[in-house]
Amino acid sequence: MDSLAVIVARRKRQDKLFGALGIACTSLGLIMLVVLLGDLMYQGFGRINWQFLTSFTSRRAGSAGILAAWVGSLAVMCITGLTAVPLGVAAGVYMEEYGRKGRINTIIEVNIANLAGVPSIIYGLMGLGVFITLFDFGRSFLTGGLTLALLILPIVIVATREALRTIPVHVREAAYALGATKWQVVRHHLLPYSLGGITTGVIIAMSRAIGETAPLIAVGAVAYLASLPQPAPFSGEFPFVSFEWIESPFTVLPILMFNWTSRPQADFQSNAAAAGLVLIAITLSLNAIAIFIRYRARRRIKW
Amino acid sequence: MNLAAADEKPVERRIPAIADPAVNGSMTRSPLAYTNNMVEPTRHEHDAPPTPKVTVESLNFFYGAVQALHNLSFVLAENRVTALIGPSGCGKSTFLRCFNRIHDLYPGTRYEGRITLHPSGTNIIDKSVDPIEMRMRIGMVFQKPNPFPKSIFENVAYGLRLKGITNKNELCDRVEIALKSTAIWEEVKHRLHKSAYEMSGGQQQRLCIARTIAAEPEVLLMDEPCSALDPIATGKIEELIRELRKKYAVLIVTHNMQQASRASDYTAFMYLGKIVEFGPTQQIFTNPTVKDTEDYVTGRFG
Repeated sequence: MDSLAVIVARRKRQDKLFGALGIACTSLGLIMLVVLLGDLMYQGFGRINWQFLTSFTSRRAGSAGILAAWVGSLAVMCITGLTAVPLGVAAGVYMEEYGRKGRINTIIEVNIANLAGVPSIIYGLMGLGVFITLFDFGRSFLTGGLTLALLILPIVIVATREALRTIPVHVREAAYALGATKWQVVRHHLLPYSLGGITTGVIIAMSRAIGETAPLIAVGAVAYLASLPQPAPFSGEFPFVSFEWIESPFTVLPILMFNWTSRPQADFQSNAAAAGLVLIAITLSLNAIAIFIRYRARRRIKW
Repeated sequence: MNLAAADEKPVERRIPAIADPAVNGSMTRSPLAYTNNMVEPTRHEHDAPPTPKVTVESLNFFYGAVQALHNLSFVLAENRVTALIGPSGCGKSTFLRCFNRIHDLYPGTRYEGRITLHPSGTNIIDKSVDPIEMRMRIGMVFQKPNPFPKSIFENVAYGLRLKGITNKNELCDRVEIALKSTAIWEEVKHRLHKSAYEMSGGQQQRLCIARTIAAEPEVLLMDEPCSALDPIATGKIEELIRELRKKYAVLIVTHNMQQASRASDYTAFMYLGKIVEFGPTQQIFTNPTVKDTEDYVTGRFG
């Protein structure tokens, strides 16, 4: 039998070995990310300037810009968020707080988890069938936004339910014991306390949606678009606000990038890289907002 | 409703009796008989005779197919503290939680029998009675301090807001009264708008009591309110319970024999979902009639 010192030394070696393996795995991922970002920066950073951000796309790489695409991305995200967040949060709250826990609930739960894993092109085909063919929304912002909303709906629902589950049962009981109704418990307690978790889930979902290309190609996003959403949403005349723009043709950053990368000219490659940087910047800003909200929420609440 | 003045016989008929096997296999004694004829604990001699606030008649309670409470009969007296003691899992908390129908939150729970809230005569567990109204009339304090992650003020004001009080002055006044009656006003008056989570455990529990009594319930339920607290905080809560007795019928679940004997007027010993013995605290602790009760209060139970 080995002496205790030998056994301890061997186990310590195993410990160190696993630590080293962990560092290697972590740094591999990080290095790949840095290399990718660095490559994108190298190719595209020089291309980013005021003209690039404020011009429409063009056949000449030097004068092409991404105005329609980034405005389009933001507009599509607005429609997606405004649709998916209320629907997803409401569905999550219903399933967690109102729905009877039973076989049907379990079946729905499993299916929603599965929906989150369905390839995005399938959602594109569904959007084509439902929003364009059935509802006749056309190849518009509305169709694009709603298609992406369907895509992220399961993520929002799952995130909402997870966030609600972290609220301890004794806090719910405290509110019920004072005579609160279910809706008051949801409105006064559960939603405010789970805001951090729900926001995180929503932003993760939005980050996924903003990078989607395939489903938007399926519902007819336009690569070559030389106009902003028409008519403009705000005007000086009554009623000042108009939502007709949601019916106009749309494009988004990934679609434009996809189009540019398939061109033979090298200049378009750096255009695509620059557009990629802008997309990453938008995503990171979204994440920053999420982190900020989560930080604020967590500082107030610890169970 | 004053028991001494009430006609005894109809009351006797309405309240099913508890079997008292150690005295006599067939002899039965109504719990009301205790509140009528019992010798009041000496330190409360000057009190008015007890009147029943809540009477429980043949209460059965089920979690799904499992019966947790068996044919309970019990009286909760106005302006008295009644303690429920017994080993873990005997159904004390389950019984207490029947009083405000908090079991309704969970599927598969079922009540049988009658819990009458006097003087309105409402059957608390009747399906046609709204549990939300019952919870506004019957306050509950939980085992673990469970303030909301809101400000101290908002915690205490919440029950009042649920009652529809929106007037800022009235809210402020009633929050102050509640915090004063739970003796934490001096400790928190300068930080009413700070988070309740910044308080100590003992303060949080007194805040929870303040939150419950701010809404002015008729009955106060306390489910092991001191089990998560240190001895000093426990002492303060017990002192508070003796004060609250002046305004409420208090039902308290406790694992602590000293606490039951110090803080309560009546004690019910529960075992395996049944009330084994129920009587004045002094009698339960010094002269129990059932062997199991004696074993339990003297720590020989097993």
